[in-house]
Amino acid sequence: MSDKPLAAAIDGWHTLGEQPHLIGTRCCGCGTYFFPKQTHYCKNPDCDSNEFEEVELSRTGTVWSYTNACYKPPAPFVAAEPFEPYTIAAVQLEKEQMTVLGQVVAGVSTADLKVGMPMELVLETLHEAEDDIKVTWKWKPVA
Amino acid sequence: MSNEIAILGAGMHPWGKWGRNFVEYGVAAAREALADAGVPWRDVRFVSGGATVRCGYPGYVAGATFAQALGWQGAEVNTSYAACASGSQALAAARNKILAGECEVALVIGADTTPKGFLAPAGGYRPEDPDWVRFYLGITNPTYFALYARRRMDLYGDTQADFAKVKVKNAAAGSKNPRARYTKCFTEEDVAASAMVADPLRLMDICATSDGGAALIVSSVDYAKRIGKGDAPRIAAISTVTPSFASGVVEMPDIATDSAAAEGIEAQSFRAALPIKAYEEAGIGPEDVDVAEVYDLSTALELDWIEDLRLCERGDAAKLLRGGDTRIGGRIPVNPSGGLACFGEAVPAQALAQVCELTWQLRGQSGERQVEGARVGITANQGLFGHGSSVIIKR
Repeated sequence: MSDKPLAAAIDGWHTLGEQPHLIGTRCCGCGTYFFPKQTHYCKNPDCDSNEFEEVELSRTGTVWSYTNACYKPPAPFVAAEPFEPYTIAAVQLEKEQMTVLGQVVAGVSTADLKVGMPMELVLETLHEAEDDIKVTWKWKPVA
Repeated sequence: MSNEIAILGAGMHPWGKWGRNFVEYGVAAAREALADAGVPWRDVRFVSGGATVRCGYPGYVAGATFAQALGWQGAEVNTSYAACASGSQALAAARNKILAGECEVALVIGADTTPKGFLAPAGGYRPEDPDWVRFYLGITNPTYFALYARRRMDLYGDTQADFAKVKVKNAAAGSKNPRARYTKCFTEEDVAASAMVADPLRLMDICATSDGGAALIVSSVDYAKRIGKGDAPRIAAISTVTPSFASGVVEMPDIATDSAAAEGIEAQSFRAALPIKAYEEAGIGPEDVDVAEVYDLSTALELDWIEDLRLCERGDAAKLLRGGDTRIGGRIPVNPSGGLACFGEAVPAQALAQVCELTWQLRGQSGERQVEGARVGITANQGLFGHGSSVIIKR
């Protein structure tokens, strides 16, 4: 790994640091959470609010399901050469009552996961760019 | 029943991967449907097309494109785009026109030419587009199918061998279907030997994209009776409802589900909601269904659909499969056409192809694939952006 600086793969979607959180919004009218952020209209059919507050989502949840990617996805995905398969999990957040997809940290395979298993959010490299290393959120089994 | 229309004719161009102009496939399907109906082209007063977004402007105005190809004769046209449910939405438009008394006979038609290789989003840096985001993060279409499949394994005890059994069953049915693209029979060992794509799904668990075309000639029941076809299969219901907030199942191309945190909001399953309106509209229940054509984008997804259609209790679809209940000759045959496993997906034609198959089944014209005594059939499909459909036909 190089000594390039770290940068978020997608700006403003999560906090940086040791205990990262996804950044979403919460409707001021009905309390519905949104990730990615929703700032113009609430999608709850019983709510016509257009006021939202930015919130950090829970950084732990439980596995809804999981899989892996055995083949290199097409662009805009930037794959390392040679391509290394990676694991993917859908994790349910209790307070937000929603499920969020993400890669699982390197070294964890589908054989290590089970529906209902507790997971936490961490940051890990998505790919290395010319000027920096792009990091994104990934799910990691709670030790 | 006053809200029924008759299916006078069905036609399909075989599915394949030829890369020819989609209009050719549609015209071939339309001509077969017209001949099957015994209706002259000039009697068709409404042409309702399912759009294709992959074939340029002629695809966006598919209704007009097919009407022109068959020879302008002054009919009215419509084009519907509803992803995988485009054909059903085009069918619903034709039904409305007929039931409103504005026309007696309509052609409903869809055809597609699919590109080779991965379906990828437009380039650039576009985090406002969920389809771009998920590819950027490494989440492809098989990811979603595999998440649903794996959840079945952990929750209900389904196995990869069960998923392989779906492929074996559908391949056996498709081997007797001259319109299918893949007509080879496979064993569970063949499936197990194919490459892993997205654990637990292998290459042979996942459907391909295909070229193809399908068409229906539909009419008022009065018109059907006047031409001596009063006993033709009828469209008894068309459901094209949207999901209800909050959608609790993560759907392509989204990175997250809706949140069900607000008061009075519960997580909902879109797939399970689709047939509810169809059953209500037809005034029948799952126990009345003799045959089903469902959208098996993956083998495991066929099992989800069987439960969504309430053909068995939630979690029991693999039991049905293992007992042979869902094969031709079983208690409730599913995908006697061979399904997407044998056809591959030709988006604007696929929902119509499902209705074509049920039409032939209900008429008793399916030869070696015949579901004996079939009188009620149901379809189900789901696509992107809240589109999906379920159609019930009966005779």
